[in-house]
Amino acid sequence: MNPDLQGRVLPPAPAYLVGREKVREFARATGSTSALSLDPAAARAAGHADVVAPPTFPVVVQEATLAQLLAEPDAGIDFSRVVHGEQRFRYSRPVVAGDELTATLTVTSVKALGGNSMVTASSDMVDQTGAHVVTAVSTLVVRGDDA
Amino acid sequence: MSALEIGQVVAHKTYPLSRDSLVRYAGASGDFNPIHYRDDVAASVGLPGVLAHGMLTMGTAVQPVVEWLDGSGDDAGVIGWVSDYQVRFTRPVVVHPADGAELSVTATVAALDDEAGTARVDLTVTVDEKTVLGKAQVVVTLA
Repeated sequence: MNPDLQGRVLPPAPAYLVGREKVREFARATGSTSALSLDPAAARAAGHADVVAPPTFPVVVQEATLAQLLAEPDAGIDFSRVVHGEQRFRYSRPVVAGDELTATLTVTSVKALGGNSMVTASSDMVDQTGAHVVTAVSTLVVRGDDA
Repeated sequence: MSALEIGQVVAHKTYPLSRDSLVRYAGASGDFNPIHYRDDVAASVGLPGVLAHGMLTMGTAVQPVVEWLDGSGDDAGVIGWVSDYQVRFTRPVVVHPADGAELSVTATVAALDDEAGTARVDLTVTVDEKTVLGKAQVVVTLA
């Protein structure tokens, strides 16, 4: 992998409009029974504008930024050798349906570890007003030729 | 917050994962990597079987905490929300075509920060009594 990737900031991905039915579909697919994610009336009663996305939902928005990273012509990342090592979501506020999120990926770290390489990418997501909502951080392990 | 104590188990739940669960998650998330639904592809890259998406395991493992927080279990009212959640993917979850797999989650209060108004809840996530997620930590911002 190209060590010069460290510190690179990619162009913002196209804005992602969080839809109510997508939130509910994702919630059901991850075993959620939360009324805040499934029932708009319950979400509004709790003070939210619409249904609340489950904690890992932003991975759906992050995906486009990781695809950008893998497509960087000089990245040298072979997708067939990529293993997901770690994942994190750091929130300023919950994601709710109606949010329009724009994600920008920064490569925060590139390391060699034995025959493998590890890249950590941080995708900052802001809403329509430009306010930070959540940052999704992935550490990807790229297996070396012998691994 | 004063009601919480370090070491307190706030949630425990098991989740059956079937091949249907994986297909459903693939559609919901947009992750259509065939190692999550095709035995032949999984075998061709040296895997012991079709694997659950790591993000399905991560997403499911936090649900007992979400249920506890939003009070949907016992009408206790909203306790707080998940403001930070991280995991390491330490062991792949093989999902048998007929028998599936069973994910067991225990959520335990590990740290309290009165000043920040947060609690750290650690998750123990196992399949067949083997841990599948490492450093699975949820920070809850208390209401």
